[in-house]
Amino acid sequence: MTKLLMKGNEVIGEAAIQAGCYHFFGYPITPQSELVAYMAKRLPEEGGTFVQAESEVAAINMVYGAASAGVRAMTSSSSPGFSLKQEGISYLAGAELPAVIVNVARGGPGLGNIQPAQSDYFQATRGGGHGDYYTPVLAPFTLQETIELTAEAFRLADVYRTPVVLLTDGLLGQMMEPVVFQQSSTPVQTESHNDWALQGTGGIRAPRSVTSLELNASGLEKRNLKLQEKYQLINQSEQQADVYFAEDADWFVTAYGSVARTALSAVKHARSEGVNVGLIRPVSLWPFPTETYSALCEKTDQILVVEMSAGQMIDDVKLSVNSSVEVVFYGRMGGAVPDPEEIFDVIIENAKGVPKK
Amino acid sequence: MKPVFTKTAGLTDKPTHYCPGCTHGVIHRLTAEVLEELSLIGQTVGVASVGCSVLAYDYFNCDMTQAAHGRAPAVATGLKRALSDDKIVFTYQGDGDLASIGIGEIIHAAARNENITVIFVNNAIYGMTGGQMAPTTLSGQKTATTPEGRSPESEGSPIRVAEMLATLDGPRYIERVSVHDQKHMLQAKKALKRAFKAQKDLAGFTFVELLSTCPTNWGLSPQDSLNWLSLHLSAAYPPGVYKNTLDREVQ
Ligand SMILES: Cc1ncc(C[n+]2csc(CCOP(=O)(O)OP(=O)(O)O)c2C)c(N)n1
Ligand code: SF4
Ligand SMILES: [Mg+2]
Repeated sequence: MTKLLMKGNEVIGEAAIQAGCYHFFGYPITPQSELVAYMAKRLPEEGGTFVQAESEVAAINMVYGAASAGVRAMTSSSSPGFSLKQEGISYLAGAELPAVIVNVARGGPGLGNIQPAQSDYFQATRGGGHGDYYTPVLAPFTLQETIELTAEAFRLADVYRTPVVLLTDGLLGQMMEPVVFQQSSTPVQTESHNDWALQGTGGIRAPRSVTSLELNASGLEKRNLKLQEKYQLINQSEQQADVYFAEDADWFVTAYGSVARTALSAVKHARSEGVNVGLIRPVSLWPFPTETYSALCEKTDQILVVEMSAGQMIDDVKLSVNSSVEVVFYGRMGGAVPDPEEIFDVIIENAKGVPKK
Repeated sequence: MKPVFTKTAGLTDKPTHYCPGCTHGVIHRLTAEVLEELSLIGQTVGVASVGCSVLAYDYFNCDMTQAAHGRAPAVATGLKRALSDDKIVFTYQGDGDLASIGIGEIIHAAARNENITVIFVNNAIYGMTGGQMAPTTLSGQKTATTPEGRSPESEGSPIRVAEMLATLDGPRYIERVSVHDQKHMLQAKKALKRAFKAQKDLAGFTFVELLSTCPTNWGLSPQDSLNWLSLHLSAAYPPGVYKNTLDREVQ
């Protein structure tokens, strides 16, 4: 296996292609533009389709069209454009169409800036559009993991017939890291959508329709109940988290995505100074890995949540632990990225309050 | 006995929900007959839009998807790019859908010369939501949101979509037709046939604007609606071919 030195945004593009996604619809926005350019170059080489849409709104609706035909389709953007895609994501959820949406998040609100941020967590994990729905949200913290989670996003989309969000940020999108693609000689097996996809009746079956409309209230309630069953199943089966130093940690820092990298360095540094701290890193943000947290509740009196936001994931952490655990927060906003020393200092500060077991 | 008239195979048996005298039904039938006559029903995927025709997916006897308000040309783009070349994709959109909220999507689909057929039903009003002003509402026309009549000073002037799209290099075929009498219905059918045939021959973007009635929100009887269409709507939106760069064989 050859190691390639690649930029984060390009890694997502290559990973998508290798996951069997040959339909991409994009619109330029920093810090994700390299992904659009990568697809424009690579997809024609693979006989795939790249369209630079006239807007993020159009791009997500092109995805809706391609997904209606049963192919793996993807679009990507950064925060302001991710907001524009929400209507389309709601329609995808309502019509139960599989698709992958990448958000290389940046500072907000409004036009904000082009620095990395994690302030789209609520929007991503609460079904950012209208209606009762969720989308699975995956948050890689290295470029190698980005490859795995891009493939995983398509798997989840296919299996559960749902839009899936890959949530990274400007840091992961712009950084370069060596990666290995596990190229296999067999083509990717994608879920067969033969029983619902629109390809024309061929004159041999009844016509099908794909829609999120259901005028009858009891009909729409039934559809919603079915959706909720699906979300419950996803919640039970698809929680993902990594725990570092679980064996001997007295307490935990928790962080996801790019800031989890920094937090991990800070945790290691603190351990070298005799602080028995560990790290919980959610990989799936929805479903939130509540089971991981509740299992660790026994061991810990305190969890320090570190985010590049005013505190969004912290709500989910609080919902996952019982009231005996004190949940404290450290955050930076507006594109400010905490460095390892900064987080180390916060860990040392908070370690004083942790009773030794 | 040989039947002299049968229902088109392009429509399902579902009774439509359209108001009496509404020409959405006529336009459905013309479209369906064309698909049948060109033997395209089995290879067609349609895109219903948001408007009175939102349930078109229940009426057309082919695969159908349903798009968000105004986004049908983008949805059709994704569909067409995902399907093999022999598949036919059309959108069926009202004037609020296409000329207001979806004006960006239609212009860009036309500019890209997407090989799709757009059926644009212009009734100069938002039918479904209760008769509000559309971008196509005539100057002076009274609607729920222009109770004194549309005034160019405050509400702007009607948008002539066929003419506007014809300024682009992309589209291959653009025609405006009417369905207010038998003769015009036949012309409308001809236009639809030319459009679908062109798509089948991989020509590119084809667009048929059909002037249509909305007796309910115009506040007119079905017959008066047809008269109003032929007198006023046709005068503001003259029927005709606005662009045609198709090869001779296709025409
Ligand atoms: C995003 C959004 N905005 C508004 C609406 C409400 N709405 C439904 S139909 C419609 C207008 C449709 O008018 P037109 O396209 O002219 O179709 P007609 O009913 O006249 O055939 C509107 C505004 C909606 N469904 N979605
Ligand atoms: S409201 Fe108007 S456009 Fe809608 S079905 Fe009735 S007559 Fe037709
Ligand atoms: Mg209308």
